[in-house]
Amino acid sequence: MKKNRFSVRKFVNKHSSFVLMAPYTLLFSLFIIIPVGAAIALSFTSFNAISRPSFLGLSNYVNLLTNDAVFMQNVLPNTVIYAIFVGAGGYVLSFFLAWSLSQISRIPRTIMTVILYSPSVTGGVLLSTIWSAVFNGDKRGLLNSLLLKLDLIDSPIQWLQSGDHLMPIMIVVGLWSSMGIGFLAILSGILNVDKEMYEAARIDGVKNRFQEIIYVTIPAIKPQMLFGAVMAIVNIFKDAGTGVTLSGANPTPDYAGQLIANHIDDYGFIRYEMGYAAAVSTVLLILIFVLSRVVSRIFSSEDE
Amino acid sequence: MLRRKKRHRLGMSNTDPSRFHKSQMKIYAYLVPICLVMLLPMVYIAVSAFKPMDELFAYPPRFYVKNPTLDNFRRLFEVSADTSIPAGRYLFNTLVNTVVIMILDAWIAVCVGFVLSKKTFRGKNTLLQINNMALMFVQTAVAIPTYFVITYTGLKNNFLVGIIPSLVVPTGVFLVKQFIDQLPDALIEAAHIDGASDYQIVRKIIFPLVRPALSTVMLLAFQGAWINTTASTMYLDDETLKTFAYYIGTLTTGGSVMTQGIAAAGALIMLVPNIVLFIVLQSRVMNTMANSGIK
Repeated sequence: MKKNRFSVRKFVNKHSSFVLMAPYTLLFSLFIIIPVGAAIALSFTSFNAISRPSFLGLSNYVNLLTNDAVFMQNVLPNTVIYAIFVGAGGYVLSFFLAWSLSQISRIPRTIMTVILYSPSVTGGVLLSTIWSAVFNGDKRGLLNSLLLKLDLIDSPIQWLQSGDHLMPIMIVVGLWSSMGIGFLAILSGILNVDKEMYEAARIDGVKNRFQEIIYVTIPAIKPQMLFGAVMAIVNIFKDAGTGVTLSGANPTPDYAGQLIANHIDDYGFIRYEMGYAAAVSTVLLILIFVLSRVVSRIFSSEDE
Repeated sequence: MLRRKKRHRLGMSNTDPSRFHKSQMKIYAYLVPICLVMLLPMVYIAVSAFKPMDELFAYPPRFYVKNPTLDNFRRLFEVSADTSIPAGRYLFNTLVNTVVIMILDAWIAVCVGFVLSKKTFRGKNTLLQINNMALMFVQTAVAIPTYFVITYTGLKNNFLVGIIPSLVVPTGVFLVKQFIDQLPDALIEAAHIDGASDYQIVRKIIFPLVRPALSTVMLLAFQGAWINTTASTMYLDDETLKTFAYYIGTLTTGGSVMTQGIAAAGALIMLVPNIVLFIVLQSRVMNTMANSGIK
């Protein structure tokens, strides 16, 4: 018995890397690798969660590309618009704000950083509580009351239930909550740029702040820029529920706020066409992967 | 270094200045309004939480409160008494989930971060790259297969379903690994020569040195867990196991003015700890983020 125990300890000490990694690796496999694998596998089948999946080949993908009018006319354009405004726009905005914050002294900077960062911690429920007060459809809604007061509208508008307004609202809310951890990384990167580099650049003929940003700051913080870009991509797809959360319905009114993730939920959990939903998931995963390759190509600091 | 005045005349940037100078006015001129706009919706909710009924109904809506009251908070904890589950129960569930997740996330991140940073073995690079790819993993994309994983592992309707999926923290592992990268290898070699096992090294050497990174991991863990409703809406049937954020969500559906005050009170309870924790930890967080770059 004693001998056995001794050898266990020896094993544990010898394979410490394995032991330290094991719990994480197990959970990582369970909640990332297996779901991703299963999504890809299911995407070639027809599956309604009750009977066994039956193999379909590529027909889910063919249907998605040729037969799914909602996907092609609403979901995909919505996702692209949302990605451009909230993903790319939010990223540029967070760089710009981070740079601006780096130009002021420490105490006001800290206060403003906290203010800009705090919206990013309000996912889901909190977000809908906060913004439904602003976009409430009755005349006591903040926006309605303001517009009524200024005589810009005659009667209150149902902001969140209208197909015309939902997407712009989602973009506003998305931008509002996009100064997250990527923004902090960029800010902290800028603050740590060696000041001598600006001196050297000035001697080399860099004339103004704009040139400094392009030729000194951004190249110096490429790794942080990449981290920020990755977080921006995650941000686009992570809170893809915003439209559904705000309007309280899936599908969203006139499909106006329907993003890929909502489409997956719609087919998977509402219609139980899980094979088809899995095909949409796979498309989303490929999209994220491609986007991330593109940004790492842009900000890669290893080659050149 | 150039004098500030000269830098200003040349139109050069002046990163991290030590005090106010009139050249910063331009920056304040747009930063302050932007901050105010960002703050506005949150201020409105905070104010609404203290409004009595008649002020909630007042038209036009006001950004201040005349007769502040704690009625909404009292009613928040009363309303739920009708559904036979006190709001305190939901709050308790959230607190347990959050604290457990924060501790375990930090522990996992430091163990894995140490191995991925300082140990050498075959396949380490592959593991690193898989973890880096997982930084952009979006849970909602694979909600359906995850649902089956949770059903088959027996986590469905189990209190642990609020905790275990949140222990997969690629971002936390990444941040801690980057932080450990800049600790000198000699430190670990010296400890090895003195006969310390890897477990002792992690506990006695790495752990105290990576505290700023761990605060960041814990902050992220807190933010994720505190507002999490996924487990409650998808995997838990038993009402007594659900979380506070879920409960607040049930109040807001409908969005009538009647519940607006209560929902605002609930939202404030959710929001304040989040922001306070960030204020407390922000300098450590910034310290971690300086090493956050992906090379």
